[in-house]
Amino acid sequence: MRWLPVFRKEMRLYFGSPVAYVVFTFFLLISGWFFSQIFLFYSDASMRSFMQPQFGQNLNITENVMRPLFTNMGVVLLFFIPMLTMRLFAEEKKSGTMELLLTYPVRDGEILVGKFLAAAALYVVLLALTLVYPALVAYFTRVEWGPILTGYLGLVLMGGTFLAVGLLVSSLTENQIVAGFGTFGILLLFWVIGWGAEFAGGTLRTVLQYLSVTEHIDTFSRGLIDTKDVVYHASAIALALFLSLRSLESKRWRG
Amino acid sequence: MIQVDQLTKRYGPVTAIQDVSFSVEKGQIVGFLGPNGAGKSTTMKILSCFMAASGGTARIAGFDVFAQSLEVRRRIGYLPENAPLYHDLPVAVYLDFVAEIKGVSRGARKARVADVMDRCFITDMQRRLIGKLSKGYRQRVGLAQALLGDPEVLILDEPTIGLDPKQISEIRSLIRSLAGQHTVILSTHILPEVSMVCDGVIIINRGRIVAQGTESELVGQVFPTARVELRVAGATGDVAAALRAVPAVLDVQARESRDGTAAFLVESARERDVRGELVKLVTSRGWTLQELHQVGMSLEEVFIRVVAGEDEQEPAAAGEPA
Repeated sequence: MRWLPVFRKEMRLYFGSPVAYVVFTFFLLISGWFFSQIFLFYSDASMRSFMQPQFGQNLNITENVMRPLFTNMGVVLLFFIPMLTMRLFAEEKKSGTMELLLTYPVRDGEILVGKFLAAAALYVVLLALTLVYPALVAYFTRVEWGPILTGYLGLVLMGGTFLAVGLLVSSLTENQIVAGFGTFGILLLFWVIGWGAEFAGGTLRTVLQYLSVTEHIDTFSRGLIDTKDVVYHASAIALALFLSLRSLESKRWRG
Repeated sequence: MIQVDQLTKRYGPVTAIQDVSFSVEKGQIVGFLGPNGAGKSTTMKILSCFMAASGGTARIAGFDVFAQSLEVRRRIGYLPENAPLYHDLPVAVYLDFVAEIKGVSRGARKARVADVMDRCFITDMQRRLIGKLSKGYRQRVGLAQALLGDPEVLILDEPTIGLDPKQISEIRSLIRSLAGQHTVILSTHILPEVSMVCDGVIIINRGRIVAQGTESELVGQVFPTARVELRVAGATGDVAAALRAVPAVLDVQARESRDGTAAFLVESARERDVRGELVKLVTSRGWTLQELHQVGMSLEEVFIRVVAGEDEQEPAAAGEPA
């Protein structure tokens, strides 16, 4: 696979333009705000339970700080990931550089993988920067690293799914706004689709629950790696990348 | 080196090119001429493997552009119309990416990039963002990326567009210097460019090839006779008859007369230059020669004749769907 040139070019474009820095800054700002609020609430709760032991609250740090933080970061990523992926193909098509890219001696799949991995690498760096929050917690108290690591694994898998969907939508249009909103719309739909399960019965309920993204990330932050969830994300990524490849190939036919 | 056979491309109901066939020998530079929308870019997009044809075949270095696309793409350098580039990358970084993706080895990359920057006169600009460059510089960066990897075949869609006259002549001599080792197919609107740079010419109009060959072949085909236009003043008697009497003159047509002068179009056998005899005739009769020049000998006139001739036939062929 000769995906490396495309990967490196995409990284240079992310870091050569303000995109990477703007996304990093605001994501850290917002997730930091969530973290501080959650942490303040937690310390307030532990103070109260210290004074009134009879209330005996469950003060597990993973359960009360990290899990809500992961959930909140997931929601923020719902907004941020479309902005990372929207340019990947749409910009190249709009500016015409796609025409050159497709005439270089690389396979369509290599271009696709290079772009996907570049966006994924940027995303992993973004997540790595948020490790400062559990590190801060660890500074004050003893943390269980196991559930934190599985929580991050969940975020990586969820992000992979989001990025693959974003890449697919970007390959379908040459308008970046359309790519961004389209991706956001699809992701939001899969985020809320599980809510319908409450009022549905039988098979429909199972299907809605299975499709829901939220169903498949919560277990990770509880410290569980469930094969069902890994399969969900892996197959979503594979399907989205496969469809993107088809979309690239059809471009050659339409011209 | 390039063999194109019955190539056809339809965009939905619109036929962009129809049954285009031509071939280019190794080491030749061929100019692709045609009015806007004639199908030049479409043909080049197919040759560069960017898109598939609706019918027909095209082969480069023996490889089919569709079935063996990767093999073809290893052997071509392509400059699309308007040189689309990544505006957020500096020139040298961009060219390094192109060298890498074209498979230039890590060790050789730096030297190869420096070499093409030098040949395209962009070394001074290597640290600048492409987006900040003028059109002429961008065009040359586009040409530089096409040259990277030393491809056997270069497909250049309007390589000199947007350049100033000095840059145009530099780029022309660059392209000219590629002849021999590289096979080049370039499209242009600038007719003298073809005469200066190309060995052969292909004229395309409304998606069909209307003429191809070397420049002199085309001139010979379109204008089988040599033509001279002359204008005399103070003419008395039958000038046309006198001109017709000159040996080797085949035909004389009177053109418009004004201010006591008369103009004539004299056709003669191609290989005979009758201008000297015409001058002698005019002076011996005591007429005043005001103007004497050859017409219909340039590619420009061939082009106009061929393309206009096609367009005139349009009503006759209207029954046939375009």
